[in-house]
Amino acid sequence: MATHTLDITKDHCPMTFVKTKLKLAQMAQGDVLEVLLTDGEPLNNVPRSAAEQGYKVLGVEHVEGDVHKVTIQK
Amino acid sequence: MRFDFTEEELNRYSRHILLQDVGVEGQEKIREGKVLVVGAGGLGAPVAMYLAAAGVGTIGIVDGDVVDLSNLQRQIIHTTPDVGKWKVESAKETIQAINPHVKVEAHREFLMADNALDLVGEYDFVVDGTDNFPVKFLINDACVMAGKPFSHGGILRFEGQTFTHVPGSACYRCMFKSPPPPGAVPTCSQAGVLGAIAGMLGTIQAAETLKWLTGVGELLTDKLLTFNAKTMDFRKIHVKKTDKCPICGPNPSITELIDYEQAVCDLKNHG
Repeated sequence: MATHTLDITKDHCPMTFVKTKLKLAQMAQGDVLEVLLTDGEPLNNVPRSAAEQGYKVLGVEHVEGDVHKVTIQK
Repeated sequence: MRFDFTEEELNRYSRHILLQDVGVEGQEKIREGKVLVVGAGGLGAPVAMYLAAAGVGTIGIVDGDVVDLSNLQRQIIHTTPDVGKWKVESAKETIQAINPHVKVEAHREFLMADNALDLVGEYDFVVDGTDNFPVKFLINDACVMAGKPFSHGGILRFEGQTFTHVPGSACYRCMFKSPPPPGAVPTCSQAGVLGAIAGMLGTIQAAETLKWLTGVGELLTDKLLTFNAKTMDFRKIHVKKTDKCPICGPNPSITELIDYEQAVCDLKNHG
């Protein structure tokens, strides 16, 4: 079970979730993805959309400044 | 699957990728798809344009006609400066302007008994965008023989009808045994058609094609969808595959393709 990372701190909605979906599609079932994103829209939307579309959101933690890390399991 | 979409493609197709039922996987299937659109007219125009916008990898277009001024009332893939151009060339230009990622295969010919199986054989899915019964039966027969799925479409005056065939589901001849005699039923070129209903029906056919490519939802198989734009009534009529069908039944009486005779007026007014 591998862990992957994705930095979408420079992206805007809807590319934030589009890139998250692309990364998830490239991963194997059960793999974990750590997504770095900024607060506001990405922090509100990415974990919610991932959960709605059947992925497991394992956690959300503050990294530094306005950057957060969302951990998602495929 | 490759999933090697560029940043530009991810942005272009983002509204598909966001859909749970389509996603990156579905977009990849759309990109790998090869669709043949028969006729670059009223139905073929919206079909080809939406499939191009959707990112279908290869779109073949069959049409041996040129753009006429009277086509522009409904055939929105062609514009006023295109009058006199080959329809396949005009359609190709529009498609490539919409989406340069699409490979367009322009077949400047009419679908006939002697080229139908070869053309249909090169594609995964076929869309009937023609305006006359002989070719509608030819598309049906060629697709049944080749085991290809297709979307049937027809419009006249204010009305439209469509169904989708996949191997094993009801075909056009399960519903209608043979073409009406030449001249018995008017075509758009004789009876007229409200331009916008070409868009109404063509976009349904485009949606069916994308559903087939991605495997999403339920197709219009064993169902004939009809509508009347005057009342905006839509009906779904359940139809059954029949063992008596002369082409898809267990003992087919039709074993080779047929070029049925067309009314003389139709030959002068293709599209």
